[in-house]
Parts: sequence; structure tokens; C-alpha cells
Amino acid sequence: MTPLSQLLPGQYGKLVSLSPERAVDQRLMALGLLPGMVLKLVRRAPLGDPIAVEFGGQTVSLRMAEAESLWVDVAADCPIQKPKSTL
Amino acid sequence: MSSLRHLPMVALVGNPNTGKSTLFNALTGLRQRVGNYPGVTVARKSGQCDCGEGVKVELIDLPGLYSLSAASPDEQIVIDVLSGHVAQERRPEAIVVVADATNLLRNLFIASQLAELGLPMAIVLNQADVAEKQGLKIDTDLLSKRLGGIPVVLTSAWKGEGISQVRKAIATVLKQKTLMTQMVWPVELKEAFGKIAEKVQTDTRQTPLVASLQRLLFDTAPNAAERLHWPIHQREGVIREARDQVRRAGYNPLAAEPLIHYAHLRKILDGVVSGGLARALRSAAVDRILLHRVAGPFIFTSIMLGLFASVFWLAKFPMEWIQAGVDALKGVAAPALVQYPMLQSLIADGVIAGVGAFLVFLPQILILFFFIGILEDSGYMARAAFIMDRLFSWCGLNGKSFVPLLSGFACAIPGLLSTRTIEDPKARLATAFAVPFMSCSARFPVYALMCAAFIGPLYGPGWESIVMVGMHLIGLLFAVPTAFVLTRFVLRIRPQPFVLELPRYQLPKPRDVLWRMWQNAAEFISKAGTVIFAITIIVWALCYFPQNTQLADKIRAENPTLSANEVQLRAQAAGIEQSWMGRFGKAVQPIFDPCGFDWKITVGVLASFPAREVIVSTLGITYSIGQDAEADSQDLRQAMQQAKWTEGERVGKPIFSLAAVLALMVFFALCSQCGPTIATLAQESGGWKWAAASFFYMTFLAWVMAVIVYQVVIRLT
Repeated sequence: MTPLSQLLPGQYGKLVSLSPERAVDQRLMALGLLPGMVLKLVRRAPLGDPIAVEFGGQTVSLRMAEAESLWVDVAADCPIQKPKSTL
Repeated sequence: MSSLRHLPMVALVGNPNTGKSTLFNALTGLRQRVGNYPGVTVARKSGQCDCGEGVKVELIDLPGLYSLSAASPDEQIVIDVLSGHVAQERRPEAIVVVADATNLLRNLFIASQLAELGLPMAIVLNQADVAEKQGLKIDTDLLSKRLGGIPVVLTSAWKGEGISQVRKAIATVLKQKTLMTQMVWPVELKEAFGKIAEKVQTDTRQTPLVASLQRLLFDTAPNAAERLHWPIHQREGVIREARDQVRRAGYNPLAAEPLIHYAHLRKILDGVVSGGLARALRSAAVDRILLHRVAGPFIFTSIMLGLFASVFWLAKFPMEWIQAGVDALKGVAAPALVQYPMLQSLIADGVIAGVGAFLVFLPQILILFFFIGILEDSGYMARAAFIMDRLFSWCGLNGKSFVPLLSGFACAIPGLLSTRTIEDPKARLATAFAVPFMSCSARFPVYALMCAAFIGPLYGPGWESIVMVGMHLIGLLFAVPTAFVLTRFVLRIRPQPFVLELPRYQLPKPRDVLWRMWQNAAEFISKAGTVIFAITIIVWALCYFPQNTQLADKIRAENPTLSANEVQLRAQAAGIEQSWMGRFGKAVQPIFDPCGFDWKITVGVLASFPAREVIVSTLGITYSIGQDAEADSQDLRQAMQQAKWTEGERVGKPIFSLAAVLALMVFFALCSQCGPTIATLAQESGGWKWAAASFFYMTFLAWVMAVIVYQVVIRLT
């Protein structure tokens, strides 16, 4: 398991766990980021922080400090799920 | 427009970036009114929507939100309105959920939560054109059937397609009152809700809505309990018990809600949506350029430079026209009233100047909101925040603080108004606190006068520019620690996580952009504008009364050789000296004495409250140059260079020593000596508390720094 913030740009991962007591994680869960979901770190901001993460057909900006509680299983070239299969 | 209270009320709810406002504008045809909900800074937008067959409704556009978890004031107001908990606001009779057709799963989460409120509902699947382009096929009949037969409509508000079907759907919903099928909760959760409901009933004698029970069980924020006036010692035990029960059923109570809703929605949508690409590929391609490590910041800087140049430079032309119009009006009014000197002065220097005082901000506000409209509606604003966030996050602000702070360098007023683009209330307030520190263009004439009259002649143009640049940086130097301390130690507002959707790029719709410009300007005029007008009249009165009509005769009698013009100028100077403002200035001068200000500077500082640059014309009056003096007036410079202390231990020494000049500039760089800024801050922070806090804090800081500068420099020179 790796923290989400450690992924390389372009790398995919499967969300293993998050910390529901954190406000950030609650917001992300409302957006549909739940355990088992495949996500992709699209890129880092030019200054290294925040990061852009793609999941469930949307791209979301996340601060590194706020993403630290998200743990993922890295899947080297796992293609992101198509909307149909995530539905 | 007459009141809409006699019409049934329908609420428009949905995620941000769904085109909800575009749909709202299309449905109401801009017959809208904008206000505020009582006690919060959330705007209330409503308008009349004609649904055909004689059915008219009041449509309200509720703030965009992702969930009902009551984490932010926006979310709280949506819950309060929909459960009928807002004073002077009716409970809506139906809800129209606006969903992005390209991401139904996430967009229906809020609909699924809203179903628990027990209000009739219709669902609008907007941006159908984009969904079609992506190859998505949506079976609306099947979706409607699975949701209990509520109307489901496909629209493209941007293209104006499907609007009439939405009108029809609203009429249908009001007539048939169809509810969206509620999700079936696992039995353990139902029991947990029941337990809480029972305790609420015995403790508060209220029957809570199912939705409130869910907020009590799932939310960490205590808002729902506060709405029920259910004290912590009564609720604590039962909520813990109910959460334990949820945990025993295998759910983390804080994650159960999204988990169960999403699982339910996946089943609902199975077979409803087919086809489709992975996602909007075009936006990803554009992001590769606009968010590129090198090109991204470069493009960002260019866009922001263009924005700043427009607000700073382009706005100058219409501002000059307004000023010319105000002067022309004065020119017409003054001769007509020459028989009534007091009325003449009231109309010319009070009323006309007062209207001019807030009209002059309109060009900057309109231009800035034109840019903000384009940046937000196109989807670039979120990217700009993404690029800049790192520079602001460490002091408690966020990437969206950049545009307000940048605009502040042109003028604090549009800067403050633009803080409403910041969702997080804590960062918004801290940014609003920092904006007035930015060195606005109204401070420029003060620096220019001082530098040209004293720094330049004594130390050369090199030092002149260094001082100029220094004055523009000093505000920034204090704004950053202020924001840091404010967000860390002072503001007791829950910070919002900076989770920002990077939405699909889209062409902005001109009507939406222009409408937003106008709405912001109109709100400024009706709220802050009236206060600015009042301030101008009050300051005029303080400078005018008590009027002594014999002043001119006395001066003429004492100096028979003076020309009529000279007599008038001296009478003006003597007039302001013995006015309330002059007397007040002399009375408080001892406070400013440690900064090296004499009574004339003190009066100038005080009289410039309606607008900073007024200090130049006030100095013009007190130095008998006339109120038309500008920063480049040779006469004013000379008069100031020759001004000497006439009493006290510094008698005979020049008033404008290097120390006093620097102290005055530092004071002006940091002080909040600007009525319009305070009025706008009050408008944006929802009350006078923060406006007063900002005024006293900045004035005190300015005074302290001016004293330090004066006392240090006077000892060194």
C-alpha cells in the first residue's frame, strides 16, 4: 500500500482505505471516491502541490497534506474504468 | 417587480459545474432578484418561471453542492431552506435536481440524499449535448420508472434545448406531487434512526424529518442538533449508541451514507446509461498545455496580467468619464444655486460628489466580473487556483485568493467583491482581510506627491523609485502574516478541505457572463453604494459646518491688497480650519504627533475617509492652493516644502521632514482610511463586525508603523 500522494503522474491505483473522520475524505466519498475505486494521479501542479486526481469520470484537485490519509494499491498500467463499468 | 410570494416556490438544486445557473437564467428569463439569506453571506437568487398552462412559480437557485453533509454554510443553507428552517422563507413545494448527464452517478448522489426530505422532485439531466458527443445514451424513461415515476428531462441549457420540457416537468411535479423512491436502508440503520427520533421527541417535543435524523447520525458537525435546539448532554449518549449499532452492522458510521447511497445508485443506473468514452478527452488535452509545468504558469501569468491591466488601466477611461460627468453636473448645479451657498455646497460637494464616489467604482467592478465570469464559466478559474494554491496554502488562504489580491492592487472594492469566488468561508474572510493591504491606485497620488515634492528633489529619482516600489510592497509584507495569524488563531470557522473539481472546459455563455457582471454591480450600488454616499455627505457636513460667512470679509479687511481669488482661497483654508473637521483634527493631532503629523496633515487624513486621494485636495485647501490641486501641482509642492512648525519644540523646523514624509506614506500604505472599502467589507462579510475589526486593526498598525518610522528616521537624520 502506498499513500496516494506518492503515486507518479500517470500512475493508476486502487483505493484501499481512507479516514472517514477527516473532512477531506468525507468530501471525496461524497464525490464517489470509495474503497475499491480505481484512480489515477493525472499530474502535479507546477509547484509540486496540489495534485490532480482522476476517478469516476471526474478530475479533482487535492492538496498533498490532505491526500495523505488515502492509501492505494499501485497498479502499474491499470486502465481507468470506463463510466459504464463504474456505474 | 412585484413580490413572488403568492406563487408556489420551487428550488433548483445540484452539483457545481452542472450548468445550473445557465438553466436558471433560461427558465426565469432574467426576471430575477438577488438578496441574502438572513445572517449568512450566501446569496439568495430567485426569479419567476412561467411553466405554461397558467402555472407560474417562484424558482430559487440554491448554491451548488455535492452533499447535504452540512460542512459548509452553502450546504447548511440548502438543508435549512429545503426543510423550512429559514426565517422569512417558505419551504419549497418541489425540488428540481440539475444533474450533469455525463456523470450521472455522482450527480444523483445529492438527489438520493434529497429524496429523504419527502418533497416532490423532478430531475433535469443537463449538458445532454456533451453526453451525446461522448457517445453516452441515457434511457430517461427507465430512469424515471426506477425513481418512482418522477419527471426526468434531458436538456442542454447552454444551447437552450429542452427548456420547455423543464417548464412542463415543473408543472407536472406541482400537480402530481410525485416523490422520488427512497432508498431502502439496511435494517440496523433504520433502527439507529428510530432510536435517535425517539430521543429527539422526548427531549425537544419535535418530530424531526428523516433527513435530520441522518444528519444527526452521520455528520461530525453539530449543525443539525443545533437546529433542533438539542443540547449535547442530551444527545451525546444516544448518538454514540446509534453509531455503535451502525458499526456492529459492519459500517463505519462516518462512511455508511455514501457507501449505501452509491451502491443503491449503481443498481438504479444499471442499464440506464450505455456507451461512452472514458471521459472528456478534449479537456485532458487542453490541460496538458494549460497545466504544463512550464507553459502553464506562463499562460497563467499572461492571463492575469491581461486581467490586471484591464482593471487598472482600461477602467481608467470610463472612470474619467464618470468624473467628468460629475464635474459637469457640479458646473451646472453650482451657478444655479449661487444665492444659497450652503445648498450649493451640499449639492455640489455633498450629493453629486457622493453619487460620483460610488459610481466611480463601477467600471472596475464590471470589468473584473467580466473576466471572472469568463474564467469561471470556461473552467479556467479552477485551474488557476490549482496552479497558485501552493503559494497561498501555507498562510491559510488558497489558490482562489489570487484574483482578489491581484485586483486589490488596482482597487480594494472589486478585489473584495471577487472574494465571493472563494468557497471556503474561512479563506474567504481571511482574503477579504488581506485585500485592503494591497497598495491600491488611490494611494498612488499620495506617494506621487510626497516623492515628487520631497524624495526626488533631495535624493534624486533613484531613491524616488525605490521608495515608490517599497510602498507598494509594504502592504503585502503585512497582509501575509495577518492572514496567517487570522486563519491559525483568530477565526473560529471550520476550514473547508481544498477539494476542487477541475471541470470540463466550456465556452462561456455571453448572457450568463453579462448577467453576473450586472448583478454584482447592482448589489454593490444598492448595498455599499448607499453607505458610501452617506459617508460622503457626513464628511462634507463635518468640513462645512459651522460656516462663518464673515471669514472672507475679515481676510479682505486685514489684507486689502489681496486679489479676490486669493481672498477666496484663504477663506476656504480658514473655513476648514474652524469647521468641525478642523477642530476635530486639531483635537486629535496629539495622537498623530509622534508620527510627525501637524493638524493640517491630520485633517487631510481624516477628511480623506470617503476616498484616499482626497487628501491631496484637502491639503490643497488647507495650504490655500484651492481644492483643485493635483499630485503634480507645483504650488502645492512649494507650499508644503515651505511649511514650518509654528509652535512646540519643533518651531521653525520644516513640517515635511524626511521622517514625516516617510511616516505619512507608510501610514497611508497600511491604514484603512477608505470608507468604500469598509462599506464593501461589511457587505461581503455579512455585517459590521469584521469591517470594524479591519478598520481598527489597520489603523492601529498604520499608526504604530508610522510612529516607528518617524522616530527612527528623525534620530538618524
